[in-house]
Amino acid sequence: MADENTHKITYREALKQAHWEALRDDDRIFLMGEDVGRYGGAFAVSKGLLKEFGPERVMDVPLSESGFVGAGIGSAMAGMKPIVEIMTVNFSLLAMDQIINNAATLLHMSGGQVNVPLVIRIGCGIGRQLAAQHSHSWEPFFAHVPGLIVLSVGTHEDARGMLAASLKSPDPVVMLEYTFMLNREGEIPADPFTVDISKAKVRREGRDISLITYGNGVYKCLEAAERLFELGIEVEVLDLRVLRPLDEESILSTVSKTHRAIVVEDAWKSVGIASEVLARISEKAFFELDAPLYRLCGAEVPIPYPKHLEDASVPQSEDIIVAIKKILGHDSV
Amino acid sequence: MKRNPSRKKSSSGEEERALLSKMMLIRKFEEKAAEQYTKEKIRGFLHLYIGEEAVAVGVIQALSEEDNILCTYREHGHALMRGLNPGVIMAEMYGKVEGCSKGRGGSMHLFDVDKHFFGGSAIVGGHLAMAVGLALASKKQKKNNVTCCFFGEGAAAEGEFHEAMNLAALWKVPVLFVCENNLYAMGTALKYTHAMQDLEKKGAAYGIPSVAVDGMDIIAVKKAAEEAINYIKESGMPYFLVCNTYRFRAHSMFDAELYRDKKEVEEWKKKDPIINYHQVLKRKRLITKVQYDQIEAQIKEEIDKAVSFAEKGSWEAVEDLGKFVYSE
Repeated sequence: MADENTHKITYREALKQAHWEALRDDDRIFLMGEDVGRYGGAFAVSKGLLKEFGPERVMDVPLSESGFVGAGIGSAMAGMKPIVEIMTVNFSLLAMDQIINNAATLLHMSGGQVNVPLVIRIGCGIGRQLAAQHSHSWEPFFAHVPGLIVLSVGTHEDARGMLAASLKSPDPVVMLEYTFMLNREGEIPADPFTVDISKAKVRREGRDISLITYGNGVYKCLEAAERLFELGIEVEVLDLRVLRPLDEESILSTVSKTHRAIVVEDAWKSVGIASEVLARISEKAFFELDAPLYRLCGAEVPIPYPKHLEDASVPQSEDIIVAIKKILGHDSV
Repeated sequence: MKRNPSRKKSSSGEEERALLSKMMLIRKFEEKAAEQYTKEKIRGFLHLYIGEEAVAVGVIQALSEEDNILCTYREHGHALMRGLNPGVIMAEMYGKVEGCSKGRGGSMHLFDVDKHFFGGSAIVGGHLAMAVGLALASKKQKKNNVTCCFFGEGAAAEGEFHEAMNLAALWKVPVLFVCENNLYAMGTALKYTHAMQDLEKKGAAYGIPSVAVDGMDIIAVKKAAEEAINYIKESGMPYFLVCNTYRFRAHSMFDAELYRDKKEVEEWKKKDPIINYHQVLKRKRLITKVQYDQIEAQIKEEIDKAVSFAEKGSWEAVEDLGKFVYSE
């Protein structure tokens, strides 16, 4: 898809440019997180920002996840626009009280008086052989909570554009980024663009079956769709991208078009995003369906260290291809 | 910067009577709240501050209107002292739309952002880091206001206390941490919850100036709070004030008080901040019987008005249930 209207960029660089632009454009915005300054960001996303913007705008913080997320909430209440980075989702449980009991709740329990315009960015996902405590996919935990806007950054376009959109929100945004993708190159529009953080996005059009996914699943689904295209199967890929509030309209629309759907996610299968998406399709588009609904999710185990077992813990492109062929009754199965 | 009117100097005892009257208002208001609770007008949790009034009054009188306040779920007194109308507080406890949080919060979540009153937080220790954040914003915005955060000694056992104290000192932000040490974390005594029971000593580990004061003595609290605020306004640095106090009533309306001796409660009641301060003012001839009766009558009228306001309030339409989850 590379042409004069797009340019190549790594996922990391896309995130970095988004930060640079945000810090340049609004004095109320500041970044705080563990190792975001002098170290350059645990994943080098904020490398160079401290030098450019100084320690008041790019703040290193101690290992106090609850403390600095709470401080982010407090400063947002007082009119600042903090971007709080939690190094990885694995540590986010230490801040979960702040995120749920304060950030997501203050507007409601104050009767609409207290806004928390805070962006919490969290590195997450599996794929680097980091074993059980460092490979979590907890999108469903966050997506369970009313009051939060939960975004999953599954593409380079969103890595570049979601932060600016999130910083315009009067309500707290949790932006889940995928560390596995940091070095991956992708195409983004060459001209400035905006991202609508209220809508899912069709990443590939197709008429035979819908793959509904997010995060690490997006490129896997696109890869599967590309390979199936060679076999004459046209797959539509819907990137949910907003996990709360879910863009139900886009989900029902793709199902009404293809009449078949598989949801793909890395998170554990039980009570996941896939469960929710399939429930909504069953409730509201049941009579559109030409085949049973299906989901490909994470195996319900703590993620193991060995590469072959780690790979087997989450759906891969090959699994997606097999599942689609089965549902469509394709003769090569 | 505007100061609380009660701080205006007066030789006639006006300031002293104002302090007494604020403590009395809190006491009487909460007695009425307890009464309305037994009538099932108020439900859920109701945590009474009775016995601890000198702390809220002594500290908040030292603040300016621009200073931020964050409290625990035992915050009716702080809200009254900050100047929230007793009617909107009572209506909030009733769950009526006219309440200060539109009825959505109840007794534990009183808010008034225009008055810089940021709640009523009911996860013990959960608001300490928010207070640091508000102070951080003040510093970044180059405002000269202080953020005052009240919490109990129970919160001082939470990890949040450590994180918040460390961040406040590290970032050099203007926070006044006020520990209302009422000796019981719900029903478990200080000696069973803290290895170091001189709580003010904990501040030294963070390099934060820390002082303990008799929280039953309004004048001692007032003086300590004024010193603390002066220090913070001059230095921009955090300060830790421990007010040793006692709640005369149960933890909440559900508490049968099996964990403490009635004699202990009676002993502490001898230190009643209101009775004792009234005595002091009488001795100093700063209050007459007529003046005292006038204060009582005014408070009674104010509270009757508050109850009537709450009674006349309206219930939010069920169709509006989904409001205030996201901004509109």
